[in-house]
Amino acid sequence: MTEITEVPSPFCGIGTDDLAIQVNGTTLKVTANGCAVNTPAFEQPITDTQPRVAGQPVSLETAAAKAAEILRNTHLPVFGGCATDVNGMRALLALADRSGAVVDSAAFNNARRNLLALQDSGWMNTTLAEVKNRCDVLLIVGTDLEGFAPRFFERYLWNEEAMFLSDTGSREVIYLGKAPSGNASTSPSGRKATVLPCADADLPEVTAVLSALLKGRPLQAQSVAGISIADLQSIVDKLKAAQYGVVLWGAAALAFDQAELTVQTLCSIVKDINLQGSRCSGFPLGGKEGDQTANQVCGWTTGYPARVSFARGYPEYDPYLYETQSLLNNGEADALLWVQTFNSGAVPPQTKLPIIAVGRSGMIFEKEPDVFIPVGTPGIDHPGHAYRLDNVVAIRLKKLRDSGLPSTAEVLSAIEQAL
Amino acid sequence: MLIKLTGGTVYDPASGIDGQQQDIYIQDGRIVAAPTDGKPVDQEYDLRGKVVMSGAIDMHTHIGGGKGNIARTLLPEDHRMDPVARTAVTRSGNGHAMPSTFVSGYRYAEMGYTAGFEPAVLPINARQAHMEMGDIPILDKGGYVMLGSDDFLLRMLTAKKDQKAVNDYVAWTLHAAKGIGIKVVNAGGISAFKFNQRKLDLDEKNSHYDVSPRQILQTLARAVKELGLTHPLHVHGCNLGVPGNVDTTLNTIQGIEGLPMHLTHIQFHSYGTEGDFKFSSGGAQIAEAINNNKNITADVGQILFGQTVTASGDNMRQHANHKFASPNKWVCMDIECDAGCGVVPFKYRDQNFVNALQWAIGLEIFLLVNDPWRIFLTTDHPNGAPFTSYPHLIRLLMDRSFRNDMLATIHPEAQKMTSLGSIDREYTFNEIAIMTRAGAARIIGLKDRGALSPGNWADITVYTENADRQAMFTKPDYVFKDGNLVVKDGEVVKVVWGTTHVVRPDFDMSIEKDLQKYFDRYLTMKLGNFKISDDEITEDGRGSITVHPLRGAA
Repeated sequence: MTEITEVPSPFCGIGTDDLAIQVNGTTLKVTANGCAVNTPAFEQPITDTQPRVAGQPVSLETAAAKAAEILRNTHLPVFGGCATDVNGMRALLALADRSGAVVDSAAFNNARRNLLALQDSGWMNTTLAEVKNRCDVLLIVGTDLEGFAPRFFERYLWNEEAMFLSDTGSREVIYLGKAPSGNASTSPSGRKATVLPCADADLPEVTAVLSALLKGRPLQAQSVAGISIADLQSIVDKLKAAQYGVVLWGAAALAFDQAELTVQTLCSIVKDINLQGSRCSGFPLGGKEGDQTANQVCGWTTGYPARVSFARGYPEYDPYLYETQSLLNNGEADALLWVQTFNSGAVPPQTKLPIIAVGRSGMIFEKEPDVFIPVGTPGIDHPGHAYRLDNVVAIRLKKLRDSGLPSTAEVLSAIEQAL
Repeated sequence: MLIKLTGGTVYDPASGIDGQQQDIYIQDGRIVAAPTDGKPVDQEYDLRGKVVMSGAIDMHTHIGGGKGNIARTLLPEDHRMDPVARTAVTRSGNGHAMPSTFVSGYRYAEMGYTAGFEPAVLPINARQAHMEMGDIPILDKGGYVMLGSDDFLLRMLTAKKDQKAVNDYVAWTLHAAKGIGIKVVNAGGISAFKFNQRKLDLDEKNSHYDVSPRQILQTLARAVKELGLTHPLHVHGCNLGVPGNVDTTLNTIQGIEGLPMHLTHIQFHSYGTEGDFKFSSGGAQIAEAINNNKNITADVGQILFGQTVTASGDNMRQHANHKFASPNKWVCMDIECDAGCGVVPFKYRDQNFVNALQWAIGLEIFLLVNDPWRIFLTTDHPNGAPFTSYPHLIRLLMDRSFRNDMLATIHPEAQKMTSLGSIDREYTFNEIAIMTRAGAARIIGLKDRGALSPGNWADITVYTENADRQAMFTKPDYVFKDGNLVVKDGEVVKVVWGTTHVVRPDFDMSIEKDLQKYFDRYLTMKLGNFKISDDEITEDGRGSITVHPLRGAA
């Protein structure tokens, strides 16, 4: 039995890297700094160790050959999920290039809300260490931050010391939209967050008013979506008076139509505050199940984020057309390769097409895929790299145990070889 | 296998060879002397009438790291116009202003380049820089690690830590981030922007740290010298793009007190305030200062007309320039108490007075700096123009009548404000070979590269001489990388993988005690998880690391 310390997590998105994990054979136990997201993800036992073809155990070689045979006979295979590490994504893109596939990250419909805003007008954003050391006013829009990352407040706001704040406990936290699910946002000295609740669907209107107030536009209304204009004006005043304000949102939580316009409004609020003479930055959440990793690696390999078609022999990007579900629904796709190495619960979407599943050990399928290859999880079974939510920092994932499970990169390269 | 390149006209300035006909032999990836034991030649290339140089080296090109990927993501419309299909030997991708990694490697190689160096490796983003460069085929690569706005250094300077402690920190960072040089971008200015300062002159203090850019430059230039790095401190100066910044630049040169310093994309730092538009050329003054100060080297950062995207660590100046964004979208980031970045798309127009004069200023500097060993051919890719415009730039330097024809087409007021038309100089093959090969290898500190004498790695480019220098340098007949024929008639025929060049100066490991405390208190990552291990670069089976000797040991 050994204990490994300073273990980075690919699961929580916020780059937690202070876990201690006890390793007993292939059994893991988080002994320090676990949380509701990380602990079960690390401790999940290995069940599947052998690939299957049509439900029958086979060698990796046989499974890869069968996968290659399926891909060889396709015109438009879709590579969905894309939840893996940097090397896994590199191998996935190489195989997609070779087989003329569509590559589509499972998180893309959420990420699209940010990407459309970015590609239309850009943004001013920041990273975790700047939040930790500078942020004195944090506006959280439409998301339950502690539900997303249980240790966010402990690690990045209620840190004992900050370089540019004399008392981290005096930071001002304001929720707009969703209310927090717990008390993590209450400072250690007992200071509570301000909560201005409204329905998700009202956020476009509420943020538009916030933007209008910042620009000094006249408003007749006294309240919007149950929030008084005076309360919104006070948010504007606080952000403008802040030493370093931060506006945080989680694209996944903005589950309403045209949410990209709300993201764009938030980004323009941040830009306007900077133009009016104060410093302020945006902070989009993400970083789970390889979503940022997929976009980054696809970004440098193709020039585009991870919804790309190689069908014409070169990468083409379309944030709508190449969605996995619509390609399956419309009968355009003729096979599905599903890659999900972090979450065994995230199984491939239902389809009658041939399915090759490259998944975390323990996947339970409603319908047995044509090929199932259980793979190791990056950061547990093999070393790797994963991008944190702030997109600048790639963390070096450690190998914690010898499970014998292959990496995504090994499996996808084996399939490419077999082609 | 023994390869013979027969009878080419060789330009090898590192060996003092200026256009002499001679044979070159290659064995096991390196250039060797003519065999005396009668060993048979396995493959011979008849290069009679061809021009032979070593593989070109781009000493300042943004080819790896987060800001480049932001630039790619920001501009799908720019890629859409330039798709690159897969071939039997190459991967697909996209090109134009900020090409995908694979396309970057192929297109550099197809122009005869065999190495490129990323000049702005943020220590916290170094993993990404190396991963992206790890996906650039054929080229050798390396990076200059960015310091100067990182809070650890600024805290050291405020606390008046001694030079040795700074040296230890600089060396530690070079090891951790795997670099071959040290870069400063708007010294202290990226930090100052986070404290809401919107400009920072050479002697202006950071509002929090009570430290000036001049102090930062002097301290880091001294660290680089005392650690024995071959590459001088690589400086992106204060006040980029600001009219009147020629004075800042001259002051920066004087202020470094004789220490070796490389001024990068100096064109963007050579502006006066004369004339009706309060924007004028400082090109002649800058060239004179370079000529008179032997401790100074520079690359130009030439602008060329057309659409591109600017990607810089200088978020202070990029934020100030966002109003020129074309198309109108841009990104600024504050990064990890380490640095920042700004990405602003730009379209340089020949009928815009400022852009036209920028074009002329860059060319003035190229032509007025006398010593080709101290000036380097760059566009600060992609900031002045994409690297694919180098053959055009070479023609502007080598062909006076072509240059004057171009000059006659730009904004008429800009024509009046430049001395370019009166400069007769035309660069020679030997001078081009110095600027893009021998000089670049020397200034970076690359052992066994950039030269064609026996013992060097066989990175070799062969051209057919053509009076149209742009055509000539666009399409080499052959390019060899480590002795492998990788390009034939301007097209990639074989893909190999280059090495990553680094330096590893000695330092006192006790610096980690302070760093450990700092990381645990203020940063978001454990010290041990911050440091990049060798296997992160080599584990894919393609990458390798080449450690270069320190100054004087080469």
